[in-house]
Amino acid sequence: MASLRDIKNRITSTKKTSQITRAMQMVSASKLNRAETNAKAFVPYMAKIQDVVASIAASSNDASHPMMTTRPVNKTAYLVITSDRGLVGGYNANILRTVSNKIRERHTSNDEFVILSIGRKGRDFFAKQGMTILESTIALPDHPSFADIKEITRKAVGMFSEGAYDEVYMYYNHFVSAIQQEVTETKVLPLTDIKPTGATSSYEFDPSAEAILEVLLPQYAESLIFGAVLDGKASEHAASMTAMKSATDNASELIDGLTLSYNRARQAAITQEITEIVGGAAALE
Amino acid sequence: MKTITVNIVTPDGPVYDSEVSMVIAVTASGEMGVLPGHIPTVAPLGIGAVRLKKENSTELVAVSGGFLEIRPEKVTILAQSAERATDIDIARAQESAKRAEALLQAKKDEVDFKRAELALKRAMNRINVYEGNV
Repeated sequence: MASLRDIKNRITSTKKTSQITRAMQMVSASKLNRAETNAKAFVPYMAKIQDVVASIAASSNDASHPMMTTRPVNKTAYLVITSDRGLVGGYNANILRTVSNKIRERHTSNDEFVILSIGRKGRDFFAKQGMTILESTIALPDHPSFADIKEITRKAVGMFSEGAYDEVYMYYNHFVSAIQQEVTETKVLPLTDIKPTGATSSYEFDPSAEAILEVLLPQYAESLIFGAVLDGKASEHAASMTAMKSATDNASELIDGLTLSYNRARQAAITQEITEIVGGAAALE
Repeated sequence: MKTITVNIVTPDGPVYDSEVSMVIAVTASGEMGVLPGHIPTVAPLGIGAVRLKKENSTELVAVSGGFLEIRPEKVTILAQSAERATDIDIARAQESAKRAEALLQAKKDEVDFKRAELALKRAMNRINVYEGNV
């Protein structure tokens, strides 16, 4: 049986750990709040851009654009959004497993695809597997603004236009609720499934529908990615919050158990002392 | 007086939402003035100031990249970035203008040159809007 002091030490250190995890849980909770607000602020922009893209696509059949046409696939790009740090439960593991499985299903050699990575965990993971990482961004702020990810979205969309790859899939954790996040796969490029969103009005195009698409489609694709990053960030904070909450719960359970054995050990020591005194007194008589 | 609703939205959230009597924006094919009742139109925007005319005042918003969607009763501007004159960080704009100028002087390869040119344009646009001389 561990000595009194050993148990005492373990209790103290577990208590300290739980203080840290509790603090991290609260920090994540408040970050989650902001992330949700940010994601909401983005919705009107996305809805509007989708509206216009859909109505242009619907109104003019002759307006085609390289970004909207499917071409034979020689190379696929996987855009993977992960977090920079751990302590987020299954957040990164889920995503990386899904991507690895998909890659194994679809490809036989590492030359058939490239990785675009947002987040340190994803970059490290794919680098270790010996896969080609064409572009990566790390150390995004907790609440990224569009300017923060502009660089990588511009490159991701630009390289598609230049023909570096022929399709782009995006993986991120979709925020369902504070305790549930879902790994989601989205095909970003080519933009083949633009759905009309109900009431589409017919527009005049100045100077032409093609010229508009030229501006609009890259912006649309970039917004898709930005939306996923915001969604992923919300999931990250939620996952971190849940992970820290269970860590705190586990710590208090552990402390309860340890306190019990501490008291038991203390009682045993007292009983033993009494026995010794009584024994000593009996020997004197 | 007839008015038209103007919405300016960016990926970081809405920037402007109000009723105005006239909108003047710089599109790819030149300046464009929009009055209430305009036919539905879509036009790409350049880097420039959007002027929002009210009864007896004019507001300025610095806009870069994006497009303009017009409906008879509503104008929506979707831009990658947009700032009202009061929200502009003037120190930052001047800083980036200086940086872009230095890059232009250095005259490296063409891609950098174009980028610096655009950066300078955006910075100048912000400074102009901040100072109100458009």
